[in-house]
Amino acid sequence: MIAFARVVAMLLLCGVVAHGSISSVCGASPEVIIGSKTFTESVILGDVAAHLVQNAGTRAVHRRALGGTRLVWDALVKGYIDIYPEYTGTISEEILARKGIHGEDAIRKALAGYGIRMSASLGFSNNYALGMKKETAKKFDLFRISDLRSHPELIFGFSNEFMDRGDGWPGLRSRYGLPQRNVSGMDHDLAYRGIEGGFIHVTDLYTTDAEIGYYGLRTLEDDLHYFPVYTAVLLYRADLEERAPGVVAALKKLEGRISEPDMIKMNELAKIRKVPEAKVVADFLAERFSLKSAVAHETMTERVWRHTKEHLYLVSISLLAAILISIPLGIIAERKSGLGQIVLSIVSIIQTIPSLALLVFMIPLLGIGGPPAIAALFLYSLLPVVRNTYAGLRDIPPPVRESAEALGLPPWARLRLVELPLASREILAGIKTSAVINVGTATLGALIGAGGYGQLILTGIRLDDVSLILQGAIPAALLALFVQGVFELAELVVVPKGLRLKPLD
Amino acid sequence: MPEVNLSAHPVIELRDCVKTYGRVQAVNSISLQIPAEKTSVLIGPSGCGKSTLLRLVIGLIRPDSGHVYFEGNEVLPDVVFSLRRRMGYVIQEGGLFPHLSAGDNVTLMARYLKWNIVRIRKRLHELAEIARFPIDGLSRFPAQISGGQRQRVSLMRALMLDPDVLLLDEPLGALDPMIRADLQTDLKPIFQSLKKTVILVTHDMGEAAFFGDRIVLLRAGEIVQTGRLDEFFHTPADPFVTHFINAQRSPLNRIGRDMP
Repeated sequence: MIAFARVVAMLLLCGVVAHGSISSVCGASPEVIIGSKTFTESVILGDVAAHLVQNAGTRAVHRRALGGTRLVWDALVKGYIDIYPEYTGTISEEILARKGIHGEDAIRKALAGYGIRMSASLGFSNNYALGMKKETAKKFDLFRISDLRSHPELIFGFSNEFMDRGDGWPGLRSRYGLPQRNVSGMDHDLAYRGIEGGFIHVTDLYTTDAEIGYYGLRTLEDDLHYFPVYTAVLLYRADLEERAPGVVAALKKLEGRISEPDMIKMNELAKIRKVPEAKVVADFLAERFSLKSAVAHETMTERVWRHTKEHLYLVSISLLAAILISIPLGIIAERKSGLGQIVLSIVSIIQTIPSLALLVFMIPLLGIGGPPAIAALFLYSLLPVVRNTYAGLRDIPPPVRESAEALGLPPWARLRLVELPLASREILAGIKTSAVINVGTATLGALIGAGGYGQLILTGIRLDDVSLILQGAIPAALLALFVQGVFELAELVVVPKGLRLKPLD
Repeated sequence: MPEVNLSAHPVIELRDCVKTYGRVQAVNSISLQIPAEKTSVLIGPSGCGKSTLLRLVIGLIRPDSGHVYFEGNEVLPDVVFSLRRRMGYVIQEGGLFPHLSAGDNVTLMARYLKWNIVRIRKRLHELAEIARFPIDGLSRFPAQISGGQRQRVSLMRALMLDPDVLLLDEPLGALDPMIRADLQTDLKPIFQSLKKTVILVTHDMGEAAFFGDRIVLLRAGEIVQTGRLDEFFHTPADPFVTHFINAQRSPLNRIGRDMP
């Protein structure tokens, strides 16, 4: 038992150390938080905005690639972030969908109702379009979207967001009367690879995507004028004007300064030529704003180490909390059979919630970043420990249990001196399972801005950079193995020697 | 409560105890007094309620109705922990804690009660001598010692706090005959020299005759006869008594008797 407490204390210490170093990485709480969506252009614009704010003398942090429109918008309205880049078409068609709000003035007025302001155009628009490989388009003689009507056999693969949003596939299909049946949703970046590999014929494009030129795609003309215009703007919280007037002034400097060719070029550098986003942004700022921002060059080791610390932080806090709660829950479950069934059912139900959904459920309660991810991981880690504690205690042979009782040990002493040590191996096995699941699931934390190895994997997918994906995936796998090894060693300390012996006869 | 001379009173008394498990009546209105410093043997066929009586005495179960007294106190949940420390309990497979060494099994309760270490060690060595258990075996774990040795450790554990009463539930039941015989010859002088009040549960008439100052024969939750072995032979209370004794005669004896 003492040994067990020692291991728990060690884990606690790890958590604290990891936490300490994270805060030193992030610095004290920033004055302005900039968010971006999970595609490269949004990340680049977020980075540009962050540099301008920083340059105006306000501490700024950029939470990159937080999620889709709905998530980032909610984060802005709730105040988890202060600024993020958006497009007017998305605002009127998705954020304020079905309210019939069109035109800049109407949008500004509607946004004000949420306490949100909108900058003027940044200088370009990034519209939706449909595209396909030039050879395929030539073969079927396709130039306009209405030409697709006579080719129901074509396979469509759209970005997930496009599949559901009001200005996406459902509206497009009914406007044009498109007959295609083979239509599936996928990641936008993967859709390009699908087109290249010939698995899909048509996908949705953003007109500033560098891939249009790179993959040799033909953009089909929107001859029925279905797609609205998506002018790039910055959205920011109205309270920013009082809180940090300098910040708003800095943002205004960006209005009208990024042309469509500028944006396509930056996208191309980042996505096709694999120039680090930070450098793309720094070069742009140096050229247009004569702004010398030191590109924080990070070596691979530094990058992996930084994400390792973030990952350990998520895992250690959530796992430790789960252990401290689950063991008592398991004990209660074994002692009080009625209550026990309720406890076991609840933790089992939690386990059946898809991890992504659980992460998203946490956002309204805890915002974005570390806390909601830790809460979700904590909930995920409960079941194996609760169930194994319960089973470990239940499996103690009745004669042994009774002997402890007959000695005159009170219930708490029996638990501490006899029952928990006897169940220790099974409890530890539960913790081991939880830890490995936790390390794997923590990679999803990056989807809500919690960092960790998942950030590397997601960025790698976004930039089609296999090396970056591996920099996240390999350490994540190694960490899972390492954690498993640690708990196997812990078994030597925690599980009493008498339980690790082979019986004599 | 007035001062009572315990030796004049029964150490343990059961009054009208009833215990049922579901629809099975394990103990059916039994009243029984156990005299001090004697060995009482509870015997009877399987399911006669003999183990249940022992468990009632040490408070592992509560009677559905009736009362159990130990040294003048009723065995009730609020006092049961302190009463148990004045009784030693040994069960068939020993019930040793597999995660503790033999020595730690014996001393667990004394350590919980914060005895000082010198006293604990002295008592442990004393017990090892009484139970004829080798000192170097004390550091071994239950999985590393034989069944007979495990029962010696179990007995030492029961005796650690020097209780007035020893409750033994078929302590030799799982042992092979040779070891069983050895242990029987070792146990009897221990009971006698330590002047303990002993209740031994067995289904073996030979064992009952060997240990018992007094034998209590049970059948289906009721006492059939109480007394010395010779009374069972000469004045059986019920045909069942004779039947039970005859059924237990060793086949060897019968073969020996039939031989010319």
